[in-house]
Amino acid sequence: MREHPPARRSRRTPVLVGALGSAALVLAACGDAEQNALDPAGPFSQAPQDLIIPVAWIALAVFIFVQGLIIFSVVRFRTRKDDDGSLPKQIHGNTRAEIVWTVVPAVILAAIAVPTVQGIFEVSGEPDDALTVEVIGHRWWFEYYYPDYDIYTANEMAIPVGTPVRLEMTAADLQRSADLGVIHSFWVPRLAGKQDLVPGQTTFLNVQADEPGRYLGQCAEYCGLSHANMRIRVEAYDDADFESWVAAQTTPATAPADGTLEAQGRELFHELGDGRLACASCHQVWEDGARSPGQGPDLTHLMSREEFAGAIHDMTEENLRQWLADPNSMKPMQYEVNGIGMPNLDLSDDELDALVAYMLSLE
Amino acid sequence: MSSTTTERTGYAGRPRQRDGFMGWITTTDHKKIGIMYFVTVLVFFTLGGLESGFIRWQLGQAEQSVLSEEVYNQFFTMHGITMVFLVVMPLSAAFFNYLIPLMIGARDVAFPRLNAFSYWGYLFGGLFLYSSFALGGAPNGSWVGYAPLSTDAVSNMAFYAVGINILGVSSLAAAINFIVTILNMRAPGMTFMRMPVFIWMALVTNFLLLFALPIIAVALFMLNLDAVFGTQFFEPATGGDPILYQHLFWLFGHPEVYIMILPAMGIISEILPVNSRKPLFGYAAVVFAGAAIGFIGFGVWAHHMFTSAIGPVARSAFALSTMFIAVPTGIKIFNWVFTMWGGKLRFNTPMLFSIGFVSMFTIGGLSGVTHAIVPHNAQQHDTYYVVAHFHYVLFGGALFGLIAGIYFWFPKVTGKLMDEKLGKLHFWTWLLGFNLTFGPMHMSGLLGQPRRTAVLPGELGSTVELYNLLSSVGYLVLFGSALVFLYNLIRSVKRGEASGDDPWDARTLEWITPSPTPYENFHAIPTVTHRDEFWHRKYAEDEAGRVVPVPAGASEDHDPAAEHDEHIHMPDPSYWPLVQTLGFLPFGYGLVFGNFWLIGLGLVWLVVGMYGWIIEPLAEGDDDDPDDHAPSSGARAAASAH
Amino acid sequence: MSTEAATTTLGIDHRKLGMWTFLGSEFLFFGAFVSAYLLYLDTTAGGPGVEIFDIPFTSISSFVLLMSSLTMVLAHHAHTQGDMRRMRLWILATAGQGAVFLGGQVFEFSVFVREGMALDTSPFASSFYVLTGFHGLHVFVGILLLCSLYALSLTGKVKPNQDLKTEMIGLYWHFVDIIWVIIFTVVYLIPEIAVIG
Repeated sequence: MREHPPARRSRRTPVLVGALGSAALVLAACGDAEQNALDPAGPFSQAPQDLIIPVAWIALAVFIFVQGLIIFSVVRFRTRKDDDGSLPKQIHGNTRAEIVWTVVPAVILAAIAVPTVQGIFEVSGEPDDALTVEVIGHRWWFEYYYPDYDIYTANEMAIPVGTPVRLEMTAADLQRSADLGVIHSFWVPRLAGKQDLVPGQTTFLNVQADEPGRYLGQCAEYCGLSHANMRIRVEAYDDADFESWVAAQTTPATAPADGTLEAQGRELFHELGDGRLACASCHQVWEDGARSPGQGPDLTHLMSREEFAGAIHDMTEENLRQWLADPNSMKPMQYEVNGIGMPNLDLSDDELDALVAYMLSLE
Repeated sequence: MSSTTTERTGYAGRPRQRDGFMGWITTTDHKKIGIMYFVTVLVFFTLGGLESGFIRWQLGQAEQSVLSEEVYNQFFTMHGITMVFLVVMPLSAAFFNYLIPLMIGARDVAFPRLNAFSYWGYLFGGLFLYSSFALGGAPNGSWVGYAPLSTDAVSNMAFYAVGINILGVSSLAAAINFIVTILNMRAPGMTFMRMPVFIWMALVTNFLLLFALPIIAVALFMLNLDAVFGTQFFEPATGGDPILYQHLFWLFGHPEVYIMILPAMGIISEILPVNSRKPLFGYAAVVFAGAAIGFIGFGVWAHHMFTSAIGPVARSAFALSTMFIAVPTGIKIFNWVFTMWGGKLRFNTPMLFSIGFVSMFTIGGLSGVTHAIVPHNAQQHDTYYVVAHFHYVLFGGALFGLIAGIYFWFPKVTGKLMDEKLGKLHFWTWLLGFNLTFGPMHMSGLLGQPRRTAVLPGELGSTVELYNLLSSVGYLVLFGSALVFLYNLIRSVKRGEASGDDPWDARTLEWITPSPTPYENFHAIPTVTHRDEFWHRKYAEDEAGRVVPVPAGASEDHDPAAEHDEHIHMPDPSYWPLVQTLGFLPFGYGLVFGNFWLIGLGLVWLVVGMYGWIIEPLAEGDDDDPDDHAPSSGARAAASAH
Repeated sequence: MSTEAATTTLGIDHRKLGMWTFLGSEFLFFGAFVSAYLLYLDTTAGGPGVEIFDIPFTSISSFVLLMSSLTMVLAHHAHTQGDMRRMRLWILATAGQGAVFLGGQVFEFSVFVREGMALDTSPFASSFYVLTGFHGLHVFVGILLLCSLYALSLTGKVKPNQDLKTEMIGLYWHFVDIIWVIIFTVVYLIPEIAVIG
């Protein structure tokens, strides 16, 4: 995607470059940014917004007052051309003034403190009737598990509109990963503030979208090499669409018909030969039995997702092929060093054809 | 110096030259050490600045890959480490070194060789960190070094843990040195409430270092041991708690913020009164506010962790303490503004930078208060909004103040003035470049750009991209401005206009002696009767605050007759601080690579160095023994050489 | 330089004030390690926990270390009296007791390792070894200082009127002892009692 930014996102407005006035910029800011913290789309991002706006006005007032004082002093008390060289009156201080500028800021801050503390408890409590989604941060992609439906998916999280969603988050699953976990942070600004994911611990975050649509986010706690390539998408569906999404995701994949290229791909998926690691040793395509995902993303319904590789690449045949041929060229990873990320499997052209065909069949 | 008659008591002789290369590397003179700190800072500032240049180049356009992710991560990590530990802190140390003895009326610091040890520890710690580029890659785990990312060998963070610990030992030694110097070596009559504000802020800063450094040392030892020797402190697999690291780091890290800003606050508290031609407004309030900031600074650390795994009660408590610390900060700002109020302001370069400090720091302070709004902190945290905030505090604040200090005390050090025209060009371009670089970051952060990302995602939109472009253009302005400054420095050292002893009509003791400062600082130690002693020797003030000039003889110190009466006791140069600190290198590499031979070699080296040091007296002929020895002839010769 | 003591602002010798300042910093150093240890008291990852401690054994070695503070005081007293022979005797006694303590610690560590508690067994084990290990390192440095004092007083580098040097090393030594009292109580006794009770 570095080379081919998807059309959907390439809304560039070079006209803006001319408009250097900062006020104009601030206004323009709300226009095309889909990861905008100042454009809340649900109650858990609205609450902090409601707190910060009055504080911002107060800060602006203090800013104008203090800078005004500085500018006034600089202009009024500059040494004039006709100065007689005498020293000004030597003032050492004024106790009353000291008290004023101790007490007044303290009172302002106390006034801000009360709603802040209320707000802290408001956004952190567990909402009623929430849908639970378990979020697991891996290097460098997010995995989502829906305990109510036994669904595993990656990069893109589907949620129903208007329903609070309680995220139970941790970093890396120690049972199944070479990645013993580092700290990540889940941040979709339009839905909620961020919350860190800590290995070995569970943290919680409430999100809710009031309108259907796609909400962008990304990992916000530095997590090593490909931290910048660890994006988040939240797809908010209305109830009917969400139900059909659940129905599709809970259906197992069906094995392709014998003799097809896809079937060949499926075989390679499970057995690559020449001592090479098979795809299935890290990825699952669930056909029957219990779901048990491996170290990598669950691929059962790969084609239901629009993007892959930490949601930095569009799910196209061309991209998939390049990814399988040379993963590090699409996203820097460290498989050779510490087993994290996707290895280069030295696939031949025929193998690539078959595997890509199989991937494309995973609707 | 001619110390041929002196009996030599140390091992391997001792250096005799006071000038030239040997004179520099064996010096124990606080002024020379201060200058060495300053020059070294310039080198590291250049490196850190170039690293940030690559960062701005990479982010100048969306989806750009000037650097690979790996190199980008190394650069932003080293940029942070460099600017914090190798630029701002040691630049403050340069001022402490040069000014503390002069401002309190002393001839040197309490432990001159320990002072040299601190400098060499700083230099070798910095070189050790930068040597990582040649030894498998620089640290790439960010300057906070959060576990367990940092315990992963691929993050090269062992270099960080060991390097910062070497710098920490050096800073701790310096802190003890400066605390003892300030508490114990003040000129007669200089009570606490007569000390210059800079000295007060130095005292608070060094106490902060004294209590904060051991905590980061522990955190870094744990990190080092986890990364290299298999301990389990932060290993989630066996129940280790990564959040413990964050607590320890920020218990140091927040006081560290004040460690960086308080010296600059001290500096402008000296410059504003001199150039407003008025005493500091509310001396006691400024001093107590500084001390209060120091105290409260230890109680706000978890506000760096509001989005981490801490509960709502802790979040509330730290939100309150964070808001509370804004009060003493506000007190300082108002006192500075009212120092200018009613004065006759002179807008020389130091004054401009000082006013710039007050103005820019206010912006950083206000955005700091918004961090305390915890629910919204979750939006701001780890975005470019935070990057903007702390650059307004540390660049617009600390660095502006420190640069003001450079222009202000340059004549003290060199006897020459820095060029005012270039200085003003430097100031205005610096102010413009600074705001252009960091102002837009407030917005790009709120619009969704996280920090520490090697890629500016195109999906953030064209506005964010534009803000980033502006920041990158701002960097170019700053770069040009820095060149002007550097040129001005070099030019002024070579052929700056002679300044005279007291170019600013200043107020404090350091200006009582000739500029540049003579080797022994003061021919006779002054007796202090007032706060702003020097001013009171030049002017008197009646009850109503009207100024009455004091006739003639501004300084008693120029009286050549004083020289003969006094036995001036100065420390001699020594090889040992340099020799000993070299031992940090094998010790450090041993810790990084888990090599016990190197660790052993380093330890033996350090211990042997210590013995050389202990056995060698501070000054030749001085055996800590007051009864049997005449004053050192060497020191006397040195003193009369001036 | 002892003349300086009379002329210092606070009337205390620089070196003594410096040592006090340094020890203030050291308290936080150990404080941070002790906090980590307390946090990890139960984090044994299936390995041995506090029940592994042999309280009677450690009590004896702690007692030896405590007694060394007494001999340190006697050494300093002898030095102030100018009695260098006796001062050296007490210095040797202090260093010897320190060495006994260190030997006890090495023995204790080796027993624990044989019982399955290595440095990398668990966060509990790591924090125990690193905390007590750093204390042991401080004792070792103290012994080095004492031996140096002994040797330098033999060669005449430390003179009878320089009792400040003995006092400084004494300050350090007492500090190391006090830290051990805290460690013994917080690391060994209280958790062990809590487990038994």
